[in-house]
Amino acid sequence: MSTLLACDGLSMRFGGLVALNQLSLSVNEGEILGLIGPNGSGKTTFFNVITGIYQASEGRVDYRGQDLARMSAQEIYRAGVTRTFQRSRLCLPLSIFDNLMIGNHRRLDHSLWFNLIRRGAFQAQFEGQYAAAQALVRTFSQSLSVRLFEPAASVNMIDRRRIEICRALISQPTLLLLDEPSAGMTHEETRELMDDILIVREHMPGLAIIIIEHEMNVIERITERCIVLNYGQKICEGPYARVAADREVQEAYLGTE
Amino acid sequence: MKRLFDPASAAPALISMAGVTLFAVLFLHAESQSAILGLCIGMAVALFLLARFGWNALATASFAGHSRTAQASVVAGVLVIAAVFYDQHFPLLMLASVLLYIVVCLGLNIQFGYAGVVNFAGAAFFGIGCYTAAVLTNHTALPHLLVVLAGGLMAAVIGSLLILPVLRTYGHYAALITIAFGILFRVFLEVNDALGGPQGMKLPGMEIFGWKLNDGLVFGETEISFYANYVLLALAMAAVAFMLVRRLERSWIGLALDAVRLDETACAAFGIDVARWKITAFTLGNFLAGLAGAVYAMMTGFVAPNSFTFGDSLILVSIVLLGGIGNPWGLTVAAAVVVMLPEKLQFIQEYRLLLYAGLVILILLFRPGGLMPRQVRDYLPGWKP
Ligand SMILES: Nc1ncnc2c1ncn2[C@@H]1O[C@H](COP(=O)(O)OP(=O)(O)OP(=O)(O)O)[C@@H](O)[C@H]1O
Ligand SMILES: [Mg+2]
Repeated sequence: MSTLLACDGLSMRFGGLVALNQLSLSVNEGEILGLIGPNGSGKTTFFNVITGIYQASEGRVDYRGQDLARMSAQEIYRAGVTRTFQRSRLCLPLSIFDNLMIGNHRRLDHSLWFNLIRRGAFQAQFEGQYAAAQALVRTFSQSLSVRLFEPAASVNMIDRRRIEICRALISQPTLLLLDEPSAGMTHEETRELMDDILIVREHMPGLAIIIIEHEMNVIERITERCIVLNYGQKICEGPYARVAADREVQEAYLGTE
Repeated sequence: MKRLFDPASAAPALISMAGVTLFAVLFLHAESQSAILGLCIGMAVALFLLARFGWNALATASFAGHSRTAQASVVAGVLVIAAVFYDQHFPLLMLASVLLYIVVCLGLNIQFGYAGVVNFAGAAFFGIGCYTAAVLTNHTALPHLLVVLAGGLMAAVIGSLLILPVLRTYGHYAALITIAFGILFRVFLEVNDALGGPQGMKLPGMEIFGWKLNDGLVFGETEISFYANYVLLALAMAAVAFMLVRRLERSWIGLALDAVRLDETACAAFGIDVARWKITAFTLGNFLAGLAGAVYAMMTGFVAPNSFTFGDSLILVSIVLLGGIGNPWGLTVAAAVVVMLPEKLQFIQEYRLLLYAGLVILILLFRPGGLMPRQVRDYLPGWKP
């Protein structure tokens, strides 16, 4: 398997606070990588840096021959990197379908001519997108897939998480970043959600996933490899079993408890 | 999907429109203040009762299911009103003004309702259209259709200079910038002698391909007010603008604009260029305001700085807020009420700003979506999954 993403000496400082400290890691194509670490260890910051929300203080992020650390958030999305947010960021007054299409932005035609005048062509594109959106949502929830034109505000927290994950998946990304997708869910719901993500992945060969998760049995079950952060530094790397047995990792977690 | 016209389900919309048209005719016809006030109170009571008996839901569904028919019936309603008052200047002038205000407010609605860019200088952009028309008609022989276009373009271009500082600031500060611009614009007009200073400028009536809009038609004994010409023109403009704004909303562009208003971080993460869409919305909106301004100036034959005050901008914003932010139907109704009420009820005239400010506060407190809140986007009218 070839490398999809490789960070080298990546640092992020907020004034005096070092949120990421000389981080180097790599992700292979099609791999599921777990990113764990105590609260405030820099996991979300890592996502924000590689998606262009924050500008890295130093270091490189190689992704298919491009340096994400020097690209805008927009360019990074267009290059096939999508994400979910730790705190849900849906546009609640808009319909579920609208929210999904926000995630599909790079594959829609935005010219004035197409949207205002060529309504027949627009209808064809719309119908194609509707079918795709419905098929994707159906993988996660049959009942949700028939409610696509209801406001996102009208569904519960779990369904909102599902919508957010679908929004990140619908444009068929190459790298998906999940920031605590199971927050606020029961074990059973989390298990279902993860199974659904794996089903979708079967249709997207090559899709790599980095998942931040506090739920250790999720990490154990679905990741092939884990990286543990502490104070913005990588302190351990390997399959979950080995990482969990590591003394430094245990201390890092105990230290914050 | 083709659906046949179904008279039964279209009836509530058509009956509503007939009722509104009848009311408008009576309202415009009434002379005494007490009669006008009585009509308004009667209408308010009737609307309240109809709402109590579920008519609103019925009519809304009917309008939604028959958007073509509904739009046609509104156009027909305007034509009926124009026909009733065919020989009277004042009601026709008011009707044309309402239609041009609708065009301006559709523009503000793109900016504020969709992209979330506040613009408290709506009257200034309208004024740019007016003054562009005044200057061009007085100093050049440019065909008047191009003059109107130039009015829109001028407003759009000047707006695109203003958007740069607006993009760099947020919320209240962006609002302040537009307020400052509106005030600057007026001061600029007042001190500029080439533009007539505080006295303003006169300009000739409009002429399109030999059709002189300022000439009334005479058929033997009957004489049709020349304002009827402007009603027709303004109606055509409002109808086209309305249709385009509806299409804009029901498109990927409308979605991008909504996303820009609601969450800029999510926009960045999904490649939506916030600056691009704010500029697009601001430019389109000002273009519409400028177009309407140019026609308005030629219709009234006169422009002066006093017509483009901060108060006028506030009235435009309050139309969008009252009607229902993001809802073109709502602002259409609100524009009619807000423009006509103070013209007919003179005692309101002096207090109109106070009245609208009070109304806006009440609406924001008790019905933040406006009188006719916007519904979830349906991309294709009548389309069902
Ligand atoms: N925009 C910011 N400005 C200043 N400090 C920040 C900013 N974003 C993150 N930080 C700091 O960086 C550190 C890492 O935060 P981060 O959100 O990445 O942690 P995390 O590993 O995701 O934690 P959690 O598990 O609680 O989500 C924290 O100390 C946080 O306060
Ligand atoms: Mg986090």
